[in-house]
Amino acid sequence: MTELLESLPLWLWFVLALSALFVARKPVHQGIFALARFFHQSLRLGARAVANSGQRLQKRNREVLLAAGREAAERHVEREFDRIEATMKKELAQYPVLHRKLCEQLTAIDEDYVRSAEVPPEPTNWAKAIKAVAEIPAKSDPVVGDVLETIHHSMRKAESKALEAYRESARERHQLLKRMMPSWRSMLSTLGQVNKSVDSVIRRAKAIDGHMARYEEIQQGSDRALRMLSSSSLSQFFISAFVLAIAVGGALINFHLIARPMMEMVGGTSYIGNFKVADISALVIILVEITLGLFLMECLRITRLFPVIGALSDKLRTRMLWAAFGLLFFLACVEAGLAFMREILMQEDLAVSAQLRGAEVETVSGGIYWITTAAQMGMGFILPFALTFVAIPLENFIASARTVIGLLAVFFLRALSVLLRLGGIAALRSGSLLVHLYDIVIFLPLWLESLYLNRRASSAAAASAEEA
Amino acid sequence: MKYLIVAATLLLLTGCGEPMVHNQGVYMLIDTSGTYTEELGKAQQVINYTLAKMRPGDTFVVASINSGSFSEKNIKAKVTFDDRPSVANKQKRVFQQAIQRFVDEARPAAYTDITGGLLQAVEFLNEKQPGRKVILIFSDLKEEIPEGYNRDLPLTLDGFSLVALNVTKLRSDNIDPNEYLWRLQEWQRRVEESGGSWQVVNDLEHLEQILP
Repeated sequence: MTELLESLPLWLWFVLALSALFVARKPVHQGIFALARFFHQSLRLGARAVANSGQRLQKRNREVLLAAGREAAERHVEREFDRIEATMKKELAQYPVLHRKLCEQLTAIDEDYVRSAEVPPEPTNWAKAIKAVAEIPAKSDPVVGDVLETIHHSMRKAESKALEAYRESARERHQLLKRMMPSWRSMLSTLGQVNKSVDSVIRRAKAIDGHMARYEEIQQGSDRALRMLSSSSLSQFFISAFVLAIAVGGALINFHLIARPMMEMVGGTSYIGNFKVADISALVIILVEITLGLFLMECLRITRLFPVIGALSDKLRTRMLWAAFGLLFFLACVEAGLAFMREILMQEDLAVSAQLRGAEVETVSGGIYWITTAAQMGMGFILPFALTFVAIPLENFIASARTVIGLLAVFFLRALSVLLRLGGIAALRSGSLLVHLYDIVIFLPLWLESLYLNRRASSAAAASAEEA
Repeated sequence: MKYLIVAATLLLLTGCGEPMVHNQGVYMLIDTSGTYTEELGKAQQVINYTLAKMRPGDTFVVASINSGSFSEKNIKAKVTFDDRPSVANKQKRVFQQAIQRFVDEARPAAYTDITGGLLQAVEFLNEKQPGRKVILIFSDLKEEIPEGYNRDLPLTLDGFSLVALNVTKLRSDNIDPNEYLWRLQEWQRRVEESGGSWQVVNDLEHLEQILP
């Protein structure tokens, strides 16, 4: 090869190469353009495929989001109806009693009212006769005067008696009216209760109206509903992640509380891989507690992670609830015991290390150590129950993670599509650039060719002019 | 789902592999020859530190170096700590009392058979098969073997960590320090050629170098 290179001078090789490049110019250009077009089209196809996938995923995300929103709205409406049902059951169950009470009170009031009606006193029968005597014209006659005086006196007496009787009956009426007061108040209170119940039902009905409006909006699949659900999912995702992080902290504390005493139970020398069996056991206990917590929440229908549990009959679900609670309580007691044992072991360790150091061994009974012991036992007992509530943020996290992952995937696919499109354009432009670079390398033959072509064209033009 | 099954299988296979041994065996040789018996108080300090570092499942042996150390009789106290930490703590207390008795009753020996002690330590630890084998030599490393004893034997120290502790300077070392340095170098060469690792710790304030 070297001999072949050295057989000719370098400039000759250069000229030959230039000539070869000039001769091969057209097919090379075509090749470069074909390659660029191939890459351009391939990348464009890729970009289109990715964009389509992105759109499909977005559509799917939309469907999932709407379905989740629909389910949530249905659940809200269902719960509101449950509450209304409970209110109605509670209030309407008492309604016959209430009705009877109201009727009795009304009857009592009515009777009292009838009895309290004012009856004008009847005029005495002989009053008309007296009136006739009083109208006798002989007033100057002393006998008549005496008679009239006597009549007047009798009339005054009768009047005062009638007045007395009237006052007595008025007092009785007043007393009857006074007796009506408690009945009125009782009725007012009863009606107030009814009003409260009706208000509660109205309030619930308004809440249902709101949920139904949202449900309808979700059902229609409007963009506003989608935006609301999306932002709600994102905020739910971050909130539940934050709460889960706190729960993980709680689980870690729980783990440290029971890992050391677990060595007393399962030994401190057994390993699975690089992990102590005691540590794994402690972790398994905590995970079992969390699982029982999940079942408990599921049986209470607070979460809906396991549809099978939700679909169980109420009787079976209640049994399962008590079973889960019993096991959780048992594990909490075990943890409290382990926490107590931990404190004892810690004190023993301290005593041994003090003895090995040659220091005075202090008696650890009594003193202030009971505070830490009690605190550890309390934490050991409470933390399993506290971890039960992990089910709620966990459900939210799982539900919202689907949306968040979907959004991120759509974003990634869109970015990829744009990048592929840009790559396609870059490939096409690179083809043109390479063609120009090729022409720059062989600029001398090209220049000569253009000179030759110009001369030939001008001579051809001159010849045609002469012919003309 | 397919990937999950593959991952679970891999995890299972990893778990079922050769079981990893996490315990350690520490064999401490204490020189009781001549005036070195005066250093037994310091040896006790090292023993207490080592006891504090021992975990359930670990083995700890204390043996003396005297005229003929290749013997079980030289073992003054030995223990393999129980799985349960509370029992291990009790064993530590008993071990400490045994060491106290040994320190109280120790008599100076005429010769220093370090190689015999090492052979005994290697044999013991190989039999126990702990995950980590450590031999602590609490001595001035000046070997004096009685006449007729054959200690010209090859040591097999593969996987052993040897730590020389409190290597005090002898009167002759003061006259010619090269003797001290040569002694240390000779032991290092011997140990490393036998496949073991060698370390010297003279500052007993930094015992954490012995056991992590």
